[in-house]
Amino acid sequence: MELVLTEDQEFIQKTAADFVLEKSPVARFRELRDAADATGFSRDLWKEMADLGWAGIPYAEDIGGAGMGFAELVVVLEELGRTLAPEPFLSTVLLAGQALVQSPNEALAKEWLPQICSGDAVLTLAYQEARSRYDLDAIETTATADGSGFKLSGEKIQVLDGHVADALIVSARNGDGITLFLVPSSADGLTVTRQTRLDSRNAALVTLDGVSVGPDAIVGDGALLSATVDRATVGLCAEMLGGMQQAFDLSVEYLKTRSQFDVPIGTFQALKHRAADVFIEIELCKSAVMAAARAIDEGQDDLARLVSVMKAKCSDTYVLAANEGVQFFGGVGMTDEYDIGLYMKRARAAELTFGDAAHHRDRWASLAGY
Amino acid sequence: MSDLAAITDLDEFQRTARAWLDENCPKSLRGGGSSIYGITGGKKWNPSNPDERVWMERGAAKGLTAPMWPAEYGGGGMSPKQNKVLLQQMRELRIPAPLVGFGLTMIGPTLLQYGTDAQKAEHLPPIIRGEIRWCQGYSEPGAGSDLAGLQCRAVEDGDEYVINGSKIWTSNADEADWIFCLVRTDPDAKKQEGITFILFDMDQPGVTVRPIPLISGASPFCETFFDDARAKQSNVIYKVNAGWTVAKALLGHERTMIADAFGVGGGSRMSLADRARKYLPASEDGRVSDAALRDEIAQSEIDAKAFGLTVQRSKDAAKAGHQPGPESSMFKVYGTELNMSRHELMIRIMGPQALGWEGDGFEQDELDLTRAWLRTRGNSIEGGTSEVQRNVIAKRVLGLPD
Repeated sequence: MELVLTEDQEFIQKTAADFVLEKSPVARFRELRDAADATGFSRDLWKEMADLGWAGIPYAEDIGGAGMGFAELVVVLEELGRTLAPEPFLSTVLLAGQALVQSPNEALAKEWLPQICSGDAVLTLAYQEARSRYDLDAIETTATADGSGFKLSGEKIQVLDGHVADALIVSARNGDGITLFLVPSSADGLTVTRQTRLDSRNAALVTLDGVSVGPDAIVGDGALLSATVDRATVGLCAEMLGGMQQAFDLSVEYLKTRSQFDVPIGTFQALKHRAADVFIEIELCKSAVMAAARAIDEGQDDLARLVSVMKAKCSDTYVLAANEGVQFFGGVGMTDEYDIGLYMKRARAAELTFGDAAHHRDRWASLAGY
Repeated sequence: MSDLAAITDLDEFQRTARAWLDENCPKSLRGGGSSIYGITGGKKWNPSNPDERVWMERGAAKGLTAPMWPAEYGGGGMSPKQNKVLLQQMRELRIPAPLVGFGLTMIGPTLLQYGTDAQKAEHLPPIIRGEIRWCQGYSEPGAGSDLAGLQCRAVEDGDEYVINGSKIWTSNADEADWIFCLVRTDPDAKKQEGITFILFDMDQPGVTVRPIPLISGASPFCETFFDDARAKQSNVIYKVNAGWTVAKALLGHERTMIADAFGVGGGSRMSLADRARKYLPASEDGRVSDAALRDEIAQSEIDAKAFGLTVQRSKDAAKAGHQPGPESSMFKVYGTELNMSRHELMIRIMGPQALGWEGDGFEQDELDLTRAWLRTRGNSIEGGTSEVQRNVIAKRVLGLPD
């Protein structure tokens, strides 16, 4: 694998950066948050992104995708992460889309993937429960055989974009194993309640009370769930990489312009060295994200390890960049008016999604046999 | 161009190179059989295994001591891609480099960048053939991190310079044949502007060398004294009083070398997890039984992996035509600090068995590792302290004000 952007990827990056600058500044994220917007993102902008081909980047052209890979997708997500764009990439394109594209259930994939690529459907994955923490298998939602189908009961937390999803892929305990089922949001017995998180990422509580599904609703098993979450983690880390870089850029700019004791505070070595350390850690994250994305595209068998390297580094570094950022800003860093605090909240939320750094260090150790 | 460099098809290049390596590298050197310092060459070199000289001479004749240097000086003339394949083959066959040292990693690249044709023709071939070993005269007792404050004086005398002063941390000065040295040629100029980069022979009456023992024991470091030592003016590199430019370029090569050396898994070959299994009580599930140490081991390995990927990214970018900039300072800081924390961790994994200095009750590996750990404490000091590197990043990469 080559850890360098191709000319095409550089072009995509520039397009995405320009788009974000013009149409998705942080101010837009704030407006949606402050208005407690019912959708929580812009459907028009989502459609525009899909029309640019972004929602279909990792999907084949015959199902409406762009026929590219994660190496391209992470470039776009990095730019969107810079301004905390709230459109449903993670839920729809990464979690649901990647479950479907790897699913043996071709009928479901054919039905939903074109709508994901075109930006016409929002889907999500309901995998997390109140006591499951980061263990995808530690769930209490059950699938009970019912005729040729199943009845699903349980409660899922922080289902990303669950409040507007057209369909949800739900993980449930089915005998000894885990099975993923696709449930339309209109299903009887399904209750969706919007949740409000500290970082304003859209999420919902989902209760399943004897929801009936047919055998054709099966998307896959626990291995598919794990593979899907690994791939989504690559997308999340690309977003995190953009966020940490933005938080750091804001910080460095502030160090250059804020004056105390009649000099810019960036002249102080105590702050310079801390900034240099953040810079280095971000460079390491950049390499890890590029490597994991390419490992997916090239079908490498060390993907799980690379995902753990990436998520451990990105979790720690985004938190570091945001925490240091608030300290660099001083008092104003604590105000809602300045953006740096938004990144501190998002850093924490992203850290605790798909496993924190300690979780991934433990997984790395397990994978290495110790 | 060597016959290997002429093979443009990489698959064919790989097969040919591998066959040649397998046939020509003596069996006694395979798999770590050569001395730990590597094949250093030079007039004073006297390897305990004569196969080392055989391999050096064969490798040099084939252009493999300096695979990417121009063929006109005896280099291999290979492309970066050919070089990568070559190194991979050597790793797979567990063959050591036919030659190592500052000639190849520091003064050679600097001469290629700043030397005149005559200087290149004089100095590069003996480097490539392993005939002349080099040492570096940079730091002085009064000029460490503030390198530009150096005081070693050089005064013109006919077509020569007369040099008086001393240098410290001159690695292997007692074994080296020539020195590349920073000297002050204009004491009245601003400190960076009165420095000249010059080469001279160490084998002369005005040069005295004294080895320096370290906290880790014997070391290759020396203190070097010049008492009317002489250098030819034709061995000034670039321009008189413009040596600081050359010095900085060379430091870039040095940092790349240090990052390469320390970056990934330097030191002992035993993995951290295997070491933990050796020194900790066994667990039933086969995992390292101390969860806190397990986490630290994983952290160290993950950092090493992410760092290795970053070194790779930098090399891939260079291959794609992007010049490395001041951000390469991060490799020095991170690579060395990673190596240091890894050694600290190994010491804590070994527990009381890490406390041996010599004699009974300790394995050789334990004694070696304890000294290696002590030696790593210098990694964040030598070649520009971590603090100086962080200043470089803050100023030149982040643009923070002085």
